[in-house]
Amino acid sequence: MKINIILAGVGGQGILTIAAILDTAALKSNLNLKQSEVHGMSQRGGAVQSHVRISDTEIYSDLIPQGKADMIISVEPMELLRYLPYLKKDGFLITDSNPFNNIVDYPNLEALYNEIKSHKNHILIDAKKIAKDLGNSRATNIVLLGAASELIPISEENLTNAIKTLFERKGERIVTKNIDAFNKGKEIAKEQLTAKKV
Amino acid sequence: MKKLLLGNEALAQGAIDAGISGVYAYPGTPSTEITEYIQRSKTAKELNIHSKWSVNEKTAMEAALGMSYAGKRALTVMKHVGLNVAADVFMNMSVSGINGGLVVVVADDPSMHSSQNEQDSRYYGKFAMIPILEPSNQQEAYEITKYAFELSEKVSLPVLIRMVTRLSHSRAGVITGNRLKQNTIKLPSDSKQFSLIPMFARARYKHLVAIQNDLLDISENSYFNQFIKAPNTSIGIIASGIAYNYVMENFESGQCPYPILKISQYPIPKKPLKKLFDTCKKVLVLEDGYPFIEEAISDYLGENRRVIGRLSGDIVRVGELNPDNIANALGFDVVIDESKPSVVSNRPPELCVGCGHRDLFDAINKLSKEMGSQQVFGDIGCYALGVLHPYKSINTLIDMGASITMAKGAADAGIHPAIAIIGDSTFTHSGMTGLLDAVIEKTPITVIISDNSAIAMTGAQDSSASGRLLSICEGIGVEKEHIKVITPLHKNLEENINTIREELNYKGVSVIVSQRPCVQLPKEKKDRLKQLKKVTLN
Repeated sequence: MKINIILAGVGGQGILTIAAILDTAALKSNLNLKQSEVHGMSQRGGAVQSHVRISDTEIYSDLIPQGKADMIISVEPMELLRYLPYLKKDGFLITDSNPFNNIVDYPNLEALYNEIKSHKNHILIDAKKIAKDLGNSRATNIVLLGAASELIPISEENLTNAIKTLFERKGERIVTKNIDAFNKGKEIAKEQLTAKKV
Repeated sequence: MKKLLLGNEALAQGAIDAGISGVYAYPGTPSTEITEYIQRSKTAKELNIHSKWSVNEKTAMEAALGMSYAGKRALTVMKHVGLNVAADVFMNMSVSGINGGLVVVVADDPSMHSSQNEQDSRYYGKFAMIPILEPSNQQEAYEITKYAFELSEKVSLPVLIRMVTRLSHSRAGVITGNRLKQNTIKLPSDSKQFSLIPMFARARYKHLVAIQNDLLDISENSYFNQFIKAPNTSIGIIASGIAYNYVMENFESGQCPYPILKISQYPIPKKPLKKLFDTCKKVLVLEDGYPFIEEAISDYLGENRRVIGRLSGDIVRVGELNPDNIANALGFDVVIDESKPSVVSNRPPELCVGCGHRDLFDAINKLSKEMGSQQVFGDIGCYALGVLHPYKSINTLIDMGASITMAKGAADAGIHPAIAIIGDSTFTHSGMTGLLDAVIEKTPITVIISDNSAIAMTGAQDSSASGRLLSICEGIGVEKEHIKVITPLHKNLEENINTIREELNYKGVSVIVSQRPCVQLPKEKKDRLKQLKKVTLN
């Protein structure tokens, strides 16, 4: 078993939280893991990414080679597409549909969506709205993790336990809200994928 | 126990377990998390391990040497350009040698993710003639640090550990071992050892030269340098530090068909190198950063093309290594199914919404019509983003503190006004001495200290300048009536422009402290700063 995941977003959008959940769950599942992240200047509103590699055999490189990522999970649609050279053939694209527009030449949103939809394996959801409807708009990232969870070979139990571990110190209420976000993301992804098959 | 640690954190845990009594450092990406880990560590607190930030890398390294003088183990940590600041003590303490184990950790930043150059610290290690260690993964970062202290005390020299961004900022499971006790105080047995007056220094330097063969011998027998045999001798590979991982990534089975000399300790081990040369047709050198090993083992005239790597042009000379450029070097095709779509725009970093630097730049830009352009000298910190759109307020960024001294030189050349913009922590790090230069000559410059009361770029660590800026400037000799404080808020824009304009017109040294806490600071810290400000102004 080996899975390569690229997490993408803009500095401050919470991709390191997704990474931390995957890390904790992988360690709990007795799997090997390497996860590289970006610190420093680009964290200030710039494009950020994290490479997460999970395997039952030894992992050498901290970076995923180009063309070898099984999926890209992004908190922002344009940032998703930035890392396409890493995606393997027929790999999965999972993203929030809401743009983070802090640049002057942000592209036409329809063009972005069309590019995403041209990929057979994509999950494009309004994760922000889903999180908001659940009463915690900050859990957008967790909705996306939930949406991707069926494709990640780690048990749901270990993933949700990792969410608990991570949010524990923020109190029971926040833990529950994040678990809800995870479950809702999972459910909606399932619907989307089934609809496409039909 | 297996813990999930960044390369930096694994190294820090290794230092705690090696029994250090203190870490001395100044924040700098990608090195910052090493010291922060020790600051957060319960064990370190219980053991009273010193971990407060130093004012700059030079003061940090000197304090570490002082702790070593007392017989205890000390760690000093910085980013690659920080070693330039500490180079004075670094070069001399290899001559004096150490007492308690002393380890210098320098994190290099190939590809300049968050730096102004990609200098390779191994050259410094060689320059100082001390052992260098270069871990290849997180587990090794832990183990090599424990070993580094043992080695340091064995050879009585400081030991350099070289990290690179990708290892510093990548996490993996690390198995930690037991912790050694701290050393007790034990002053140097030779009272002359640390007194480098010429007659003593000559003897010490002779000693340093004399033990070089011992260092080589230790490196050749080190567990961290390994010769890995393999049948295909058409190429022999030298892989240093993390380059080893990128080689192995290309062989799914975990078996590389070519012999590999894996190097994680220097001086470059000669014996296994000779074996590689004797048995292989070509030698491919893979190293992150500069072609340090390749340069040492290639022939300068290029008549013998047996050694290939970054210097020979077979691998891209600049930027960091990755599994893809190494795959190419090994003769594999990198299959990329898709390229980046043309609709994707660049997204450079920017100042946070609500950041005080923004309001300062608004004021500067309003003044640029009257004061002329290209006369604002910048410095290192978040405000360096003022070089970019939409502000483009700053024209230079060279090193810590250079804003003030470059403004001075430009003023000496006849430029007026000459404006320096420097952060509060950068000012105490390396700006104060330059300000004294200007005060002594009454050079007409305007220094704006953009004071957000934090070392913001690296994660809002405590600034040594907090609550001290005004008294420092006064103490240096800036005239009291030309030290002004402004609050960079949009509602104060006109008033701030007027204050800055007034000081630009003054033909002497002015300091304007543009003061508003970093928006990234937690509320408790902001409240504490407010209290501090009240006390200072009263």
